[in-house]
Amino acid sequence: MKILVPIKRVVDYNVKVRPLSDQSNVDLNNVKMSVNPFCEIALEEAVRLKESGAASEVIAVTVGKQDSQEQLRTALALGADRAILVESDNLVEPLVIAKALANICEDENPNLIILGKQAIDGDNNQTGQMLAALMGYAQATNASEINISGDSANVTREIDGGLQTIQVSLPAIVTTDLRLNEPRYASLPNIMKAKKKELNIISLADMGFDISNRTELLSVELPAERAAGVTVESVDELMDKLKNEAKVIS
Amino acid sequence: MKILVIAEHDNNNLKGSTNSTIAAAREIGSDINVLVAGLACSNVANEVASLDGVTTVLLADDAAYENFLAEDIAKLVISIADDFEYILAPATTFGKNFLPRVSALLDSQQISEITAVLGPDTFKRPIYAGSCIATVKTLDDKKIISVRSTAFDGVNSGSAIAEVKDIASVGTDGKSSFVNEELAVSDRPELTAADIVISGGRGMQSGDNFHLLDSIADKLGAAVGASRAAVDAGFVPNDYQVGQTGKIVAPDLYIAVGISGAIQHLAGMKDSKVIVAINKDEDAPIFQVADYGLVADLFEALPELDSKL
Ligand SMILES: Cc1cc2nc3c(=O)[nH]c(=O)nc-3n(C[C@H](O)[C@H](O)[C@H](O)COP(=O)(O)OP(=O)(O)OC[C@H]3O[C@@H](n4cnc5c(N)ncnc54)[C@H](O)[C@@H]3O)c2cc1C
Ligand SMILES: Nc1ncnc2c1ncn2[C@@H]1O[C@H](COP(=O)(O)O)[C@@H](O)[C@H]1O
Repeated sequence: MKILVPIKRVVDYNVKVRPLSDQSNVDLNNVKMSVNPFCEIALEEAVRLKESGAASEVIAVTVGKQDSQEQLRTALALGADRAILVESDNLVEPLVIAKALANICEDENPNLIILGKQAIDGDNNQTGQMLAALMGYAQATNASEINISGDSANVTREIDGGLQTIQVSLPAIVTTDLRLNEPRYASLPNIMKAKKKELNIISLADMGFDISNRTELLSVELPAERAAGVTVESVDELMDKLKNEAKVIS
Repeated sequence: MKILVIAEHDNNNLKGSTNSTIAAAREIGSDINVLVAGLACSNVANEVASLDGVTTVLLADDAAYENFLAEDIAKLVISIADDFEYILAPATTFGKNFLPRVSALLDSQQISEITAVLGPDTFKRPIYAGSCIATVKTLDDKKIISVRSTAFDGVNSGSAIAEVKDIASVGTDGKSSFVNEELAVSDRPELTAADIVISGGRGMQSGDNFHLLDSIADKLGAAVGASRAAVDAGFVPNDYQVGQTGKIVAPDLYIAVGISGAIQHLAGMKDSKVIVAINKDEDAPIFQVADYGLVADLFEALPELDSKL
């Protein structure tokens, strides 16, 4: 079984992002970039499936600028066998990313594609479902458990009301939720080894479909500030404020 | 400007997220058609028909839709999509599951989780865990939009009753099937619908200690939520999680107990009207968004609060 893991280079989750002073976009100058946390979980799951013997090959792929090679090297250090960069000059939207990933699926014929449920930059939560639709595959989003048996998989999904288990026939798309696993750290020897693993670069523009974005970013601003609060000294004072000032309890 | 809204429900009851999505649709246009897909869900269709602003209800009542599998709901929406310029669904795990499929099949770039409608093609939406708010304009003819429920006051029942039309099922493609579900049962209000939410974090130390919150929640008619750390530690189930990648809540009162206030948690609750933080660390970032901060040990403060309510 071959597993494809699409990953995204995003701002590290510890960074508090701010708008540029002209509000034309977010300010990403000199901020730390990382592999999207949900993609790390996706990769970890794929590597564990390989370690358990259920999978034979794990391929990491990203659609991004040249600098995304850094995150692909991280993926290789974490256990991917090889990597593919679909290189583009600009950052593109989920629909274009999904189309590029569909192209890769046509070439590679993976049995399972594991993505993150959401990239923490745009918070779109779209790419996996779009890819599933373009390929005509079944999907299981927000996975907290994956069990492969033969040509299908049982996936437990975190939904608003609790947990749901569905069965999907392979090939399928799975997107990861937070509690699927706890990703490992790359060891120094593995980081060294990753430098020698195969990393192919393909051009997005050469894939032969329209890669223009469909939305325009008009501005980026900070959310409305909350008025400064007060410190209360005791539970009694808190209750008094909630009853008589905020009037939210009676 | 015909608009299609996909209703969220459980075959018996409509979910409040639908009312909010219809409210967002009303800011876009007035020809609002609501698709109710499910099994034996005519009650839901009738409930939708009574809501303010609804022009027509489209009812697809078929076993194929009983469990709202994304492949099948998307296929149904596509079968009627030609008639509509806008397709809206709530940005809940229900809507997030199938709407991007619809979007890809219609070759349109979805706009996720809008929080404001500025014009027919221009919307606001939070990005980077709500650290920034983006204003985006779509160039697509078909506009596929998911709606953040907390940003729009849901529509109520009005005086008019809309027509309910049956539409044909397009069946299931059978690529995925439902196995089972473990849904939380609680007498308390639903997290996203509650007027008061009291959430616990890692500071609660154990699942057992959540009874300290439960008892207060019962007195206040509140829902109980949690931070990711509390869910990851197994104190409470996953459906308690509030945050960037959990539930988005905006109650009248949010009480954060033993929660540090990471940006990912704030993303899910900072639009609450009044925020109270109880934390023993006076430098915890949660105090920066709190209207009332109490620096205290929760194991002393909670029993005292409980006894005085
Ligand atoms: C991709 C990603 C997505 C995430 N999504 C979410 C999300 O949706 N929701 C979410 O919540 N988090 C999310 N997180 C995690 C987030 O970054 C924080 O790790 C998490 O919110 C911390 O939870 P906490 O505040 O309960 O724990 P901690 O940060 O450990 O804070 C515990 C707090 O309890 C206080 N405390 C301890 N004992 C007591 C006591 N006896 N009395 C009073 N106070 C006490 C401490 O002072 C401390 O402030 C996400 C992280 C990532 C990387
Ligand atoms: N540029 C990209 N290249 C490869 N995979 C991506 C890219 N963007 C998003 N993905 C995948 O899609 C998931 C969801 O992203 P999004 O739809 O942007 O929230 C991510 O966790 C990745 O697995």
